Amino acid sequence: MTTTMPTQTTADIAHAYRQEKARRARRAGLLKHIFLIATSLVMVYPLIWMLAASLKPDNQIFGDLGLWPSQFQWENYSEGWNALPVSFTTFFWNSTVVTVLSVIGNVISCSFAAYAFARLEFTGKTIWFALMMMTLMIPYHVVLIPQYILFLNLGWVDSYLPLIVPKFLAGDAFFIFLMIQFFRQLPRELDEAAMIDGCSPFKIYWAIIMPLSLPAMATAAIFSFIWTWEDFLGPLVYLNDMKDYTVPLALRSFISTDGVSQYGPMFAMSILSILPILLFFLIFQRLIIRGIAMSGLK
Amino acid sequence: MQKFFRRNFAGYAFLSPWLIGFFLLAIGPILASLYLSFTKYNVVRPPQWIGIDNFVYMFQFDQRFYKALQVTFQFVVISVPLKLIFALGVAMALDKGIRAIGWYRALFYLPSILGGSIAVAILWRQLFNYDGVINSILRLFGGDGPYWLADPKFSLWTLIVLAVWQFGSPMLIFLAGLRAIPQELYEAAEIDAAGPVKKFFAITVPLLAPVIFFNLVLQMIEAFKSFSGAFIISGGSGAPLDSLLFFTVYLYNEAFSFLRMGYASALAWVLLFIIAAFTAIAFWTSKYWVHYENERG
Repeated sequence: MTTTMPTQTTADIAHAYRQEKARRARRAGLLKHIFLIATSLVMVYPLIWMLAASLKPDNQIFGDLGLWPSQFQWENYSEGWNALPVSFTTFFWNSTVVTVLSVIGNVISCSFAAYAFARLEFTGKTIWFALMMMTLMIPYHVVLIPQYILFLNLGWVDSYLPLIVPKFLAGDAFFIFLMIQFFRQLPRELDEAAMIDGCSPFKIYWAIIMPLSLPAMATAAIFSFIWTWEDFLGPLVYLNDMKDYTVPLALRSFISTDGVSQYGPMFAMSILSILPILLFFLIFQRLIIRGIAMSGLK
Repeated sequence: MQKFFRRNFAGYAFLSPWLIGFFLLAIGPILASLYLSFTKYNVVRPPQWIGIDNFVYMFQFDQRFYKALQVTFQFVVISVPLKLIFALGVAMALDKGIRAIGWYRALFYLPSILGGSIAVAILWRQLFNYDGVINSILRLFGGDGPYWLADPKFSLWTLIVLAVWQFGSPMLIFLAGLRAIPQELYEAAEIDAAGPVKKFFAITVPLLAPVIFFNLVLQMIEAFKSFSGAFIISGGSGAPLDSLLFFTVYLYNEAFSFLRMGYASALAWVLLFIIAAFTAIAFWTSKYWVHYENERG
């Protein structure tokens, strides 16, 4: 009797402790959800407000906190599309050309470099690798002026070449880094077996490494798409003629033209400009989030 | 010789696009920029060597240079810690199998992906307008908001809020880091009756230190380089009263509005030096507060 008493009490205490802990966890969970929901509302509110503003008449935009237009002004979209001397059809086409070519260039050239660093042996590899990692740190502003002078002398200013050609030369070191991380996870035996079967390094790259690395290629392609689509400084420096403008440059013209009161059309075009990115994000969300966790990019 | 060639051929063949890019678009331009920083160059006439005059002028006479430094430092020093604190707070709330984590994660990351776009910069200008949304909200609570964009005392805050709003990617990295902390440590601490604050400072912070360090360095470099938000919100000039004169905006204007390419190159080298110095300081101090799990001592 006396010997069982203490064990029972300990069991009771443990039980009570566990119950108390579960209760506290539930309450903490509820508090967390309230905090998270409130935060996400604050985060998303500006974007939804912009969507609403794109459909409101001009005199209802400023200071109106509401998210539901009293009347839907769909004309904002058609007006915005033609508000500048050049139509947005041209701007979207220009952006698409630059972005698609940049994505292709990045994926090809960066995967080449990554394959060399991750899978091939050659003299001087460690030095090149260290230099490649150093370029990660260099701000674009430092190379911008000499690059501009170079492209000016080549007669490439006012064309898309300064925006596209660097992408074919593996200029974005973080993509190389991302791909190296991925390639290193693939078993070496694959390469060795293929080599014994007489495959050339190019064949190994093309028939073994690339098909197995589609997630990494997709991640690089998605980020490359988003960053090129949003890029502002490059087009700002290299494109002077409005018919060559990409979408971000065109949007900027809305605020630099004097005396505009076309806020509705401006927001309508702003919404359209981020639409491709939103779509990409919705479709490829998983890849994007894993890509960041994997490499710590941006 | 032939063997040497054969052994290296494939490696260099695959590396060649990067090598060309490295020499033509990275190391070449950096050296060219160093040379130009000692010249006077307006693109039309060939560069003219003036020794260290650019740097002498910059450090002795250029008030806007000091203003740009001050604005940029202020931005980095305020926005980066705020962003990281926010990112860590949300990551901790998201950790440990909360329901609908995928949704929250996506929502919180969304601003990071859109934040660099001109559309969002334009949106920010309207939100912080005197008649804009932010002041309307303040009025609901009986306050009277300032002229955010026109008053130099407040203008930088619009960009700080914009930066903190994009806390998504450090949050994702924190989330991955939190996952790696063994749960038993918290349980052991609970048995020793440690409260949440104690647990945070005794377990979470020290074990997360490498991740905090990584995020700090990355976000600092990002903040030093940020450009388009300040450019759009200040109308391209750093206005009002140079209160949004980010170093990058000043550099851009010197180079491409005033065609003072030599002076702008000198500015670029100062920027490179500042970023390198901050990164070095971060790495140097890290040995006092960052301990990696696999090292003993």
